Amino acid sequence: MPADSDESTGRGPMTPVLYRVEARHQELADTVTIRIAPVTERLTDPEPGQFEMLLAFGVGEIPISISGLGDGGGELEHTIRSVGAVTKALCTSAVGDLIGVRGPYGVGWDLDRATGHDLLIVAGGLGLAPLRPAMLEALANRHRFGRLVLLVGARDPGSLMFVEELERWRGRFDIDVAVTVDAAPPSWRGDVGVVTKLLSRAPVNFGNTTAVVCGPEVMMRFVAAGLADRGVPPGQIRLSMERNMRCAIGHCGHCQLGPEFVCKDGPVFPWDRMEKLMLVRER
Amino acid sequence: MAMMLSLDAVAALVDHLRNDGRKVIGPVLRNATISLDEIDGVDDLPAGWTEHQDGGSYRLERLDRPELFGHATPALPWKSWLYPPRTMLMRANRDNGSVTIEKPTPGAEPFAFFGIRSCDVHALDILDRVFLDPADPTYTARREKLFVVAATCARPGGTCFCVSMGTGPAPSIGYDIALTELWAGDRHEFLARAATDRGRALLGRLEGRAPTEADLAAADHLVGNATQNMGRQLDPTHPTAAAERYEHPQWEAVARRCLACANCTMVCPTCFCSTTEDTTDLSGAVSERWRRWDSCFALDFSFLAGAPVRSSTKSRYRQWLLHKLVTWHDQFGTSGCVGCGRCITWCPVGIDLTAEMTALALDPGGPS
Amino acid sequence: MKSIRDLLGEHLLFRDFHPDLLELMAGCGHNVHFEAGEQILTEGAPASEFYLIRSGKASVGVTVPNRGTVLIETLGPDEVIGVSWPFPPYRWEFSSTAIDPTSAIAMDAECLRSKCDQEPVLGYQVFKSFARLMRDRLQATRLQLLDLYGNHAG
Repeated sequence: MPADSDESTGRGPMTPVLYRVEARHQELADTVTIRIAPVTERLTDPEPGQFEMLLAFGVGEIPISISGLGDGGGELEHTIRSVGAVTKALCTSAVGDLIGVRGPYGVGWDLDRATGHDLLIVAGGLGLAPLRPAMLEALANRHRFGRLVLLVGARDPGSLMFVEELERWRGRFDIDVAVTVDAAPPSWRGDVGVVTKLLSRAPVNFGNTTAVVCGPEVMMRFVAAGLADRGVPPGQIRLSMERNMRCAIGHCGHCQLGPEFVCKDGPVFPWDRMEKLMLVRER
Repeated sequence: MAMMLSLDAVAALVDHLRNDGRKVIGPVLRNATISLDEIDGVDDLPAGWTEHQDGGSYRLERLDRPELFGHATPALPWKSWLYPPRTMLMRANRDNGSVTIEKPTPGAEPFAFFGIRSCDVHALDILDRVFLDPADPTYTARREKLFVVAATCARPGGTCFCVSMGTGPAPSIGYDIALTELWAGDRHEFLARAATDRGRALLGRLEGRAPTEADLAAADHLVGNATQNMGRQLDPTHPTAAAERYEHPQWEAVARRCLACANCTMVCPTCFCSTTEDTTDLSGAVSERWRRWDSCFALDFSFLAGAPVRSSTKSRYRQWLLHKLVTWHDQFGTSGCVGCGRCITWCPVGIDLTAEMTALALDPGGPS
Repeated sequence: MKSIRDLLGEHLLFRDFHPDLLELMAGCGHNVHFEAGEQILTEGAPASEFYLIRSGKASVGVTVPNRGTVLIETLGPDEVIGVSWPFPPYRWEFSSTAIDPTSAIAMDAECLRSKCDQEPVLGYQVFKSFARLMRDRLQATRLQLLDLYGNHAG
């Protein structure tokens, strides 16, 4: 029988490792980024686009994407929006608190496969969180890509996350950054409109582009369709899907989307595998 | 290796399994059904009983001779003993700003499944594909030690369709010993075949005689009869035809009858979905995580940020049926259905997946 | 310096047009430039000219008593300022202001309307392009209405 991958550590696949909250940053009214560090045992470093299961003891466990890596000490950053009991508990955790962590899980952005392409990163709302490690990896390996373009959509100027970083990136000469919001006061100097409107103006060669997209499902659907229309090969449009995962290892059945287990076959999928599934209501 | 065993030898077989330290699980009379539980010996088996099964209907009936295996599939699925309805995953103790995590050891005394039907043995093979890689500690520990004594199905039930699914009625895979209950007038014997070393070793400890050509022919005849007597059938081409008919009116039709009660998923021998529950003691110092069986018919099964992805009964029935018969192939290389018929029998309103499949497959269901 | 015909052919709206049709339209166009803050369209004013943006950024807004001009969307390169010009009563329904310095091709609305009437092949192509533009704007507006990024936790 195949060995349990965690057998060497004596830890079951559902047993978390202890991490301590090292820092906490209020991104938005309902959204917090926590930086956590291993107490003793350290999990494998994640690939950009992978996720982890975070456990608030006594409350519950939830899949959260990784929004940043520390400086080599095994630290992890998670950006969490408070929408339910578990996310609320995680968002209100204080520096020094202990949480349980399992992972990393799933298929990430896999930027290796985009080598030699223009790289188009499209984020909507909280979707910027799992794309941040992709952006950082692309910047660290800037020479491997052609044009590097980041398109960010948000609800309004006050709902933008990672603003300082966005401003820093926008000041660079080797990246194109465009930010658009759905609604803005007259003082806003940036773009207004949905993020799909930025696609035609993205300075990339669509036929030789890899696009990585994360945001609400409807937004990803329209972005992917818009990119495919403009000639990006469907296999090179990669979306990060969200479903209710309980185990993250394909045992609990909750995250099924047609034939796919979002937890282990995803969460990042190419558009050609998602297009039909996303168009079936209540799939 | 094959030999003929008397009833006393079969009783000795159960005793040997117990004396070797195994809990023996077998069919028993419970709650006016033939169900499953631990047995102490052959006397606990439902000798002389059979049952009538149909959509939403189950009645015990007497046989005119004391057959041990005169019934079809027992009401409960065998998975309960390998993948228990509730399993503790961990306990965390908080004390003075530190947390210690205890993981329960999945230790369980070894089990023997006695009298399991071929469809249900195939169901174990299907669960193996879910729980062995990556390994679920509880399932793996129990499965590795499991001893399987299968029984040939002589009297398929009214909702059985193992022949359609290629899983029965004669045991073909996954057993240590297979028994076929034979009667020659009043002579009551069992043809025992061993398929593994430990099965052969156990048969070697029993008194018996070599089977004759007539014995083997009688066993073949019994299997042939059972094959002809399936209560239901499922055309293997139907799931493929129905696979992409997501908006077929039949889904609405079945949703009007379906109570979303989840009975079908609880009795299904392969349904494996689970959820997790977190509890704390009153002080909040000790918290536990438990896994318990869940069902894709539950409204909160597909909750995403506080609301379900599959809110209609139609979408939940569709998820269950298309997963069981279609996408299971993509995920695990096999159907998720073994044709045991439990979901038909135990559906309170008698929804029959074979009839639903036929309706979906034969009528294109309007423009699509 | 590029001719109006060439510039029309470079704009997304007319990119697939036959050179003959571009030539036919070119007489209706001329280059314009707006400084940041300059009013481009005023709601209620006659729709005499619309603009194909070449560079820069302009707002689309509407005046609301006690809220001033409410910003609805911004338009950039390859987009079009003014879509009311083909339809009577030929008046603008929204206002537009240059946010950044903006260069565009101004198209004389009456000139293009009459060429479209005289030359149905051109008319069909222009209206097909505008139908697509309107489809894209409608789609974008609908997505905007969804409040995609709001916290919709039930």
